[in-house]
Formats: sequence, structure tokens, C-alpha cells
Amino acid sequence: MAGYKPVAIQTYPILGEKITQDTLYWNNYKPPYNYAVTASSRIHIYGRYSQEPIKTFSRFKYTAYCATFRQDGRFSTFDISGRAPLRQFEGHTKAVHTVDFTADKYHVVSGADDYTVKLWDIPNSKEILTFKEHSDYVRCGCASKLNPDLFITGSYDHTVKMFDARTNTSVLSVEHGQPVESVLLFPSGGLLVSAGGRYVKVWDMLKGGQLLVSLKNHHKTVTCLCLSSSGQRLLSGSLDRKVKVYSTTSYKVVHSFDYAASILSLALAHEDETIVVGMTNGILSVKHRKSEAKKESIPRRRRPAYRTFIKGKNYMKQRDDILINRPAKKHLELYDRDLKHFRISKALDRVLDPTCTIKTPEITVSIIKELNRRGVLANALAGRDEKEISHVLNFLIRHLSQPRFAPVLINAAEIIIDIYLPVIGQSPVVDKSFATSRTCRKEIDYQRELLETLGMMDMLFATMRRKEGTSVLEHTSDGFPENKKIES
Amino acid sequence: MVDEETIRVVRCGGSELNFRRAVFSADSKYIFCVSGDFVKVYSTVTEECVHILHGHRNLVTGIQLNPNNHLQLYSCSLDGTIKLWDYIDGILIKTFIVGCKLHALFTVAQAEDSVFAIVNKEKPDIFQLVSVKLPKSSSQEVEAKELSFVLDYINQSPKCIAFGNEGVYVAAVREFYLSVYFFKKKTTSRFTLSSSRNKKHAKNNFTCVACHPTEDCIASGHMDGKIRLWRNFYDDKKYTYTCLHWHHDMVMDLAFSVTGTSLLSGGCESVLVEWRDATEKNKEFLPRLGATIEHISVSPAGDLFCTSHSDNKIIIIHRNLEASAVIQGLVKDRSIFTGLMIDPRTKALVLNGKPGHLQFYSLQSDKQLYNLDIIQQEYINDYGLIQIELTKAAFGCFGNWLATVEQRQEKETELELQMKLWMYNKKTQGFILNTKINMPHEDCITALCFCNAEKSEQPTLVTASKDGYFKVWILTDDSDIYKKAVGWTCDFVGSYHKYQATNCCFSEDGSLLAVSFEEIVTIWDSVTWELKCTFCQRAGKIRHLCFGRLTCSKYLLGATENGILCCWNLLSCALEWNAKLNVRVMEPDPNSENIAAISQSSVGSDLFVFKPSEPRPLYIQKGISREEVQWGVFVPRDVPESFTSEAYQWLNRSQFYFLTKSQVTAPLKKAEESLPTTPFYFILGKHRQHQDEKLNETLENELVQLPLTENIPAVSELLHTPAHVLPSAAFLCSMFVNSLLLSKETKSAKEIPEDVDMEEEKESEDSDEENDFIEKVQDTNNTGLGEDIIHQLSKSEEKELRKFRKIDYSWIAAL
Repeated sequence: MAGYKPVAIQTYPILGEKITQDTLYWNNYKPPYNYAVTASSRIHIYGRYSQEPIKTFSRFKYTAYCATFRQDGRFSTFDISGRAPLRQFEGHTKAVHTVDFTADKYHVVSGADDYTVKLWDIPNSKEILTFKEHSDYVRCGCASKLNPDLFITGSYDHTVKMFDARTNTSVLSVEHGQPVESVLLFPSGGLLVSAGGRYVKVWDMLKGGQLLVSLKNHHKTVTCLCLSSSGQRLLSGSLDRKVKVYSTTSYKVVHSFDYAASILSLALAHEDETIVVGMTNGILSVKHRKSEAKKESIPRRRRPAYRTFIKGKNYMKQRDDILINRPAKKHLELYDRDLKHFRISKALDRVLDPTCTIKTPEITVSIIKELNRRGVLANALAGRDEKEISHVLNFLIRHLSQPRFAPVLINAAEIIIDIYLPVIGQSPVVDKSFATSRTCRKEIDYQRELLETLGMMDMLFATMRRKEGTSVLEHTSDGFPENKKIES
Repeated sequence: MVDEETIRVVRCGGSELNFRRAVFSADSKYIFCVSGDFVKVYSTVTEECVHILHGHRNLVTGIQLNPNNHLQLYSCSLDGTIKLWDYIDGILIKTFIVGCKLHALFTVAQAEDSVFAIVNKEKPDIFQLVSVKLPKSSSQEVEAKELSFVLDYINQSPKCIAFGNEGVYVAAVREFYLSVYFFKKKTTSRFTLSSSRNKKHAKNNFTCVACHPTEDCIASGHMDGKIRLWRNFYDDKKYTYTCLHWHHDMVMDLAFSVTGTSLLSGGCESVLVEWRDATEKNKEFLPRLGATIEHISVSPAGDLFCTSHSDNKIIIIHRNLEASAVIQGLVKDRSIFTGLMIDPRTKALVLNGKPGHLQFYSLQSDKQLYNLDIIQQEYINDYGLIQIELTKAAFGCFGNWLATVEQRQEKETELELQMKLWMYNKKTQGFILNTKINMPHEDCITALCFCNAEKSEQPTLVTASKDGYFKVWILTDDSDIYKKAVGWTCDFVGSYHKYQATNCCFSEDGSLLAVSFEEIVTIWDSVTWELKCTFCQRAGKIRHLCFGRLTCSKYLLGATENGILCCWNLLSCALEWNAKLNVRVMEPDPNSENIAAISQSSVGSDLFVFKPSEPRPLYIQKGISREEVQWGVFVPRDVPESFTSEAYQWLNRSQFYFLTKSQVTAPLKKAEESLPTTPFYFILGKHRQHQDEKLNETLENELVQLPLTENIPAVSELLHTPAHVLPSAAFLCSMFVNSLLLSKETKSAKEIPEDVDMEEEKESEDSDEENDFIEKVQDTNNTGLGEDIIHQLSKSEEKELRKFRKIDYSWIAAL
């Protein structure tokens, strides 16, 4: 024997972006704080919470290009000819574009426009090694987090090279195909990501630099790369003003940020708390994550303990026992419970409640449709007082023009007019609702516009048909489902 | 012998189980119900059919237990006979020939040698209750012509007659009056509902009647849902009645429990109501029985009830109102929209079932396998309501996909249309909803077909609609990094000059799609969706369309409404042949090139089987049915037959089933018709009969043989020897199986060792040793090999052997 079947609630496809756990995660940043930074020859250190510079270094004569923190938080900076607060490394003949600390924290790697890569010793500020293998500007580099001797540089000569401080030469070289703007090593050191041109390429270092995947999701040069704190997501910023988030398992785009200007640099703070983007218009955008602790602060209602639910369920059957199972009770929504007992007016009242009509109008419409199917819609709508009927009318007026609800609601509206026509003029509130000429006019105008558009499209198709007979069918095939989507 | 083969139509299953009240056996172990020309015996516990009582040559109209012997059952039929059965063994004991159509049967314990029956003698719609005296005679067939008249002008239905208070009176109801006949006084009292002329009481008609088993109390059910309990009806003036009212519509049946303490009633609400102590307050309900309750019966032991429902189902219910078993036949109380289909997986017949369901029906076992809920909405049964109808269904991709279309049209402009696509889930062994498409077309969908080509990489579905478009739906990958999913989307929309699309069909290899737009057939390339060519015969709208198969795949067949069958050649794009034939059903055989067409004429329906390559039909059978044939389908055979005659070769791989416009919806007409009322027929060669005979012969052989093998001492020994002293089963098995073959060798083998054994037994009488199991086996091996080995042994060895002969295992050799 089948039980009561709940009313089928019509679901409608949600247009636009699909909501996934990634979009929820990455959308959870507060609106950005934008700073106008003219960072030509200064370095600011911003506080984590105050959003104000807490330290400024401005002792450079020339433009400062890059800075990096050592893992223990001590700060070191250098410039081709500037005075360093702690150490100053001199040796590059042109602009230095990349520096990084090696894994043992005692050395610094730098790459410069003079095509060289140098390794420096911090304690005595001496140059240890120089590599002159690149044939163009060295614009990016990074040191391995695991091996103190390994580091990687990317250059405008389209290559990414891996150097070993123990051998004096590069141990690996991969051809990116475009001038390399940014390189990144995965924490495990096994995968290398390089960005240049419109491509982001991932290389498998353990297989001797085999290309794993090539991503082409930006339509302008990719300028910067960044890994999320968990290592599960890769971020890339580009001149096309977008930051894209990739899954590092499937290398598919899972989210995308839009910014006001072309992006030059990008960084994520610890635990993805802050995302900082530097743009060509001199603005630094800082977004903080909303703290998730807030949600927990709402006092939770005390629920029955777990054991109350499993009480008696885990009883093991003894030898002579006869086990009688009570069938599991199916949860029914309140309106379903009313419909099950044929309390039709009550069910309708329930779904005409503002909390339901505003949040889930499709439930209200589905119930009206169900009542109509049962042939009792007129009974449910009849016998209402001024307040109740105004609820119904407000709902109808608001949703009548929506194409997905229209067939059901027009039918309901006709029934209401039939029932309440004799008593019209007794209540000003209801009379006002009945006078819906404005809505109708708007709808008529809208329909006329649609028809005009359709006519124009038909004309276009007709002219195309004259040119080539076969292509017409394909166009109709494209156009028709879209039309359907708009209507539904 | 081959030339003698003829093809005949065989009615096949799907018979009504709910035609009359079911009857319980005295011990409640079995339940009997009429089913077409047969009586079926079901077990109340396992729901399985135990026996089918064959014998009547027309519809069985009533069954009753023999009150004098509870192991016997009376049945009456429209063929004018009453038969007495032994239901435990399924044997016909006696036939009483009455000679006129019998419409119902009643037995009363007090009337020892007579039964009561409803007959109509003179006019077709005047029915009489008569008492039939059953003469005592030892012969198989007895004439029982001694009829004594009891009541006249009664209702035909047995629900309107009830015998009360141990056969003291009989109550009959008809329209607005209740008449009670007292057997002792031989008088009739008649009670008319006084307000029957009133408009308010216009629905006061009696529908059924039941009598209290011990008290003088009659319960009657009425059209308006009321139940009246009549008392004091001995007096025409002082009679009283009380009303019980719960049903909102007609009371379909009433039954008192065995002790009479409670009254059961049911109606179209599909709720069984138990009225305790005949009061309005004390009532219990068993709701959600699925369909209108048509009959209620109570077991003589009082522990079970059963309800027969309009959807051809019998539910057995415990005394405490708990349903315990369901016997479900083919559901066919509604019109069939989907046509007949064969599920490629289960080979079950699939068609409309309960409201909103597809039923899967096994043709072999005449049993419903399961119901698939398509519409998934609460079914509200109310007069005049427009229900959602399941209009189209199709299987695709070897049963992996099922497409269904449901629609509800309240007014001309308000059409609700929904297409659902179901995927077969191997884990749950059932169909799971995958995609739901709202309003796939603007107007009714006229045809639905899957591309069933073997090498198609992407499942494709085509729908044709009255709105002038046909749409191609394809399965697309809808998965992302979070989950894997597939879904159906529209791939292409085609139309042809805004004509209504009426039919669609894929060619066997899936490369071409044919869509008919009213009079015109268009051929589309299924890769690029380009229009390839059009055929137009100007012979009316195309009603059926199908491609030829296998060697005839270059032909396309179309049947038009003006009665012309056309065959086009797809290579030359020209009409190959046409024939004048008013085709109602056209079905291609999935296993061969053959196509079956059923044409309709004023006389009846004719069957034509032909190959598209030649206009001359392979086989013609005139008048397969007097009624209009609605649907047909080829069902592949499990085991291919081998008809040698050319005319019957089309039945080698498949059987053809068809469904006629059933008369089940008009019960009056059905009773008059002598046609088999069940709508399924299938065509089989007479060959089958021969085979049956052969089978019977072989069965007889076995029967002869069986006592023989039982008489063999060896077998009885084998069966009676304790298992732990027997040789291993592997050793015995081949010998035992060989013994059952009954070949000449085994017979000789049996005879020879027996002689030997006799000798040996004589010799070994005095030996009294314990036996070793392994040695025993060797020993039996020896005897099995033959007697000469033993004879060759020396005397000392013989003595050794005799030690093992304490228990004689020589019977093994006899196997």
C-alpha cells in the first residue's frame, strides 16, 4: 500500500552562475579596501587588521621592484644601488625583478634584467654564484621549499630553468613558448607552474619537466600566480582584469574574480584570510574574508541528545524474541499534511504566508496548481475576508506576469474574479488590488516588444536563408532553446 | 504433418480476477477466483497460483464451496453447466448440465441437494433466481433440468442477492426496492424506499445487499454512500431501518463477518470500513488500498477478509485489518495510450497500468511484475476530474533509458505537458528519474522514439508534436569537479512548412530519421540534421511509419489514413510499391525483416505479414478478431521454433501479441458476448499443440517409468540407507543419473548384477565384519565393473571380500 505522495514542487533551473562550494568560499570576502599606492621607490608594510601602512621604507633612489619575507619574519630588502637597512647586495648591473630566500634561510636568490641569476650569502653579503644561462630578462623566480640548493627562474627568453647551487649549471630547462611572467613551485616540489602569454602551464618536475597541462583561460597575458593555503586551488591574475581560481586536481576553473583594472600582482595571506591584488591603475585592492565565527555566535537551540534518536534501535534480537518493526514515518511538509487530510483552505493559507510567498513562490504556485488538479481551487479561494483575499491578490499581482507562473495564476485570477465579482466595491483595499491596469499595460508593452524582436530575428534568418539554404536549420536550433529558456 | 500446421489465435492471460467475489477455502489456505473461462486457486500465504481449473467453455460467473464437502467447489458458467471440482488436486468431479446461461451461483447448507442460480430465460434483461436440483448419480455428466423458480425480476449481479439466517429467507434488491422471500412461508415481502421520487433522494438506489449470518438483519448499500440496516422485515408495516453513512460515493459491496459482529463495506474511496456492532461510532478503516473496492468476501474460518479491486487485484486482509497478500493481474481498466512495448531487459510487456503508473507484466507467468510510478502524484478519484495521463513511453539503448510523456489538458489552451527520462540503475535494479522537461513542446506529443542503433555513441531521442516541430534530445555530460552527472538537452529543432509532425522513426543503423508531417514524409540525416529528401503520396495523413530491417533496410513503409500502404526505396528515392490496405496496426519484428500489419474492415480485423522488399504478403489471416485491434507487438521467443512451412516461418523467432479494444469497460455487453472477454490473444502454430501432445506422451512415459524405478530395490535402498554409510555422492551421482535414462544398457546392467548379488548374498550370510568405507567403495567398484572379475578371484580373496558384504551394497551396481 503506497503512502501519501507529497505534492511535486515545480523546480526551475537557476540561471547564471552555478553555486558550488568554491563559489561560496571565494565569494566570502568583504568588499575590498582600495589604496592608492604610488609605490615607485617605497616599500610599505601594512598591518594585518588596521589596513594602514605600519612601516615604510623609502630610502631607495630608484624604483623598487620586489620584496619578500623570510620565513621567520625578518625583513631584508635590496636594490641595485639603494642602501639596505640590514644588508645590501650589489652586483647586478640592471633592474632586479625577483628575489627569494632559499630553504635554509641563509641565502638569497635574485634575478635581474642583466640576464643573470645570482645567489647571495646573507651573513657576509657576498655573491656566491652567478648563472648566465638565460638569454633575456629574468623576471621571476622561486626557491624550493624543501631543498636549500634548488631554485627556479623564468625568463623572457621563454624558458624556465631550474638551478642547483651545487652544480653551477641549470639542471633542467623547460620551454614555455611565451615570455615567462611568473613561476610557482608546489609545496611538494614536484609540480612547477609557469605563466606567460595567455597560458598557464603545469610541468611535472619528477618526470624531467614533462608538460602536464596547459591552461588557456585568460584572454590576455597572465602576470601572476599564487597557490591557496591548502594547496587545493591555484590562482592566476591577468591583464584581462580577472583572477581565476583553478582546482589543482582537475585544472578546471572553479571561480573567477573581476577587478577594475589589469592585474599585475596577486597574493593570498595565510589561511586565505586576505586576497591582495595590485593593479595597473596604482590601486592595491585588499579583501578580507568574513570571519566564520560569527555564525556560531547565534545561540543554538538545544536539541535532543543523539541517544534519544537511537533509543531502542540498536537492540539486538534475542533468541525467542519477535521483532516488530514500526514503519519509518515519512516527513511531510505542513501543507502536505493539510492536503493529506483534505484541509484545502488551510493548505492554501499556509502557502500564502509571506514567509513562503517571498522566499519560495514556486511552492505557492505548485499548491495552487495541485488544488486546481484536485478540482477544489474554487472552494479553497471562496469564503475569504478582506484581509485574506488581499493576501491572495497581492501574490497574484506580483507573480502574474512571470511566464513560469502565468498559466496557473491566470486561472486562479479568473476564479477569484468569478467568485468575488458580486461583492466588489465593498472594500477599498481589495478594489485597489483589482485595479491592476498598470500591470496589464506593462505586460502588454513587454509582449509587444518581444514580438518586435522576434520579427526582426525572423527577418535576419530569412535573409540568411537566401544566401545558403542549409545553415538556416542550425540557426533555428540554436535560437529555439534559448527562447525557451527566456520563457521558462 | 507440416502441412497440417495452422496458425490460430490463443487468448493469453490478462484475464479479470475481480469479476466476482473471491471465495476462501474452509481452512483459509486457498482462495478461489473466477478468471475468464477458468477458476484459479491461489495460496493465501504465498500469493502463488496453485491450480487453474480448466473445463468451462465460457465465462465462469460464480463459484461456491460445496456446503456438504468443504474440499469441493461448485462453479457455474455462461455455457450452462455447473461443475464440481476437487480443488486440492485440481480435478473435475462432475458436470451438471443445466442448459441455460447461468449468471451467478449460491449455495445454502440447509438445501442439501440443490443450489441456487441466476438465469435469464425469456427476455435478455429479465433475470430470475432459481433453485437447481442436483440429481445424485455416479456418472460424470448429469443433466440437471429440475429448476424451481424462487424470485423474478432481479438484478443480474450476485451482489444484489443474499441468503440470510441459515437459509430462512433470501433478500434481493433492485433499483429502489428490497424484496425478501421466506422459504418456509413461501411469501415475498417488498420494501420500497419511500422517498425515491424525491430529488434529494434521487441517488437512493440499492447497489448491494448482505444478510446477517445469525440474526434477522439485512444490510443494503446505496448509490449515495449510505448503508441501511433493515430489521423486523417479517412484518410489511412494522419494519425498521437504521442508516450508517461514511462513504461519499456508491457502496460497492458489503459483507458481514462470520460471527456477525461487524460489517465490512467498501467503495470507490478504496478504503475498507469495518462497522463494529452495527453502530456509526465504532468504525475502523483500512485506507489506501489503491483502487475501487468491487467485492468483499470473508473466509469461513473468520480469520481473513479479501477485497477485489477495479485494478484487477485481490488483497487478502487479516482480521486485524492488516493487508497480508496481494494477488495482482494485468491492470486494464483504463484506456491504453502507450501501446504495447517490450522491456528489453526483463522481456516483460509494458503498458499503462494503475493511474500514473507503467506496469511490467510477465507474459509467461501471467503475472504483474511491478509498477513504475511515473507521475508521482497523489491520485484523487473524483467524478469529472481531469487526470494527468501517461500518454507516451519508449525504451531506448537496450533498456537503459525510458522516456515517458504525461499530459493534462483541461481546456483547449491549457495544456500541461511533461517529459521524463528515466535511467536504469543496476544497483537498485529499477528506473531512476534523471531528467524532467517541462513543456517539451507547445502541443501534444504524437510520437517518441529512441535511436536504437548498436554503435551509437550518444543516446538520442526524437519527439514529434502537433505544434509542427520535432525535437532531437541528446544525453550530455553534466558533470563538474564535484559530481558526475548526465542530463538530456535539446539538440535540434526541425519543422517542415508548419505541418503537424505525426510520426517519427529511426532507421535500424541510426543514420536516418524519418519524420512524417501529415501527408509528407521527410528524411533527415541524423549526424548533421539536414533534410535529405521528402516523399509525398497525397493519400491522406500518415498514420504509421517504419523502416525495413536487416536485408530490407533500404525500404521505408508508411500507412496512410486513406487506407494505402506505401513502400519507398531510399536508394532510388522512389515509390517501390503501394497497396490498398486500411492499416490499423503496423509493427516490425525486431528479429527479422518481417512486418505485421493489421487491417480493419467492417467484418473484423485481418492480419498481413510481409517483407518490405515484395508487395506479396507472406501470410494472411482473415478475421483474427471481431473487434478493432488497438495495439500489437512482436515478442522475441526465448527458444526459437522451427517451422518449416514458408508461411509460418515468420513465427520462428517471435510471437505476435495484440490487444483488442476491450469490452471490459462495458460489463453488460461483455456478458452477452460469447467472445473470450480477455483482450489478449496470441498467435501460435498448431505445431505447438502437437508438441504438447508429444510432451504429454513423454510425460506418460515418465509416469510409467517412475513406478519402475521406485520398485527397483536399489533405489529404495539408496533412499533408505543412512547417509553416513553411503559412498560419496560424486560416486553415486553418475550412476544414479544413468539409471534414470532407462536405456537398454542400464536395464541389462540391472538384471545381471542382481543375479550376482543373489549368489553373493547366499554366500555371505555368515560373515559378520565391520566395513571400512573406502574398501566398500572399491568393492562396489568391482561389482560395478562386472561379474567376471568376481568369478576370476581365488577363494581366499573371495572370503576376504565376503567380510565386506555384511551390508550389501550391490544395489549400487544396479543403478
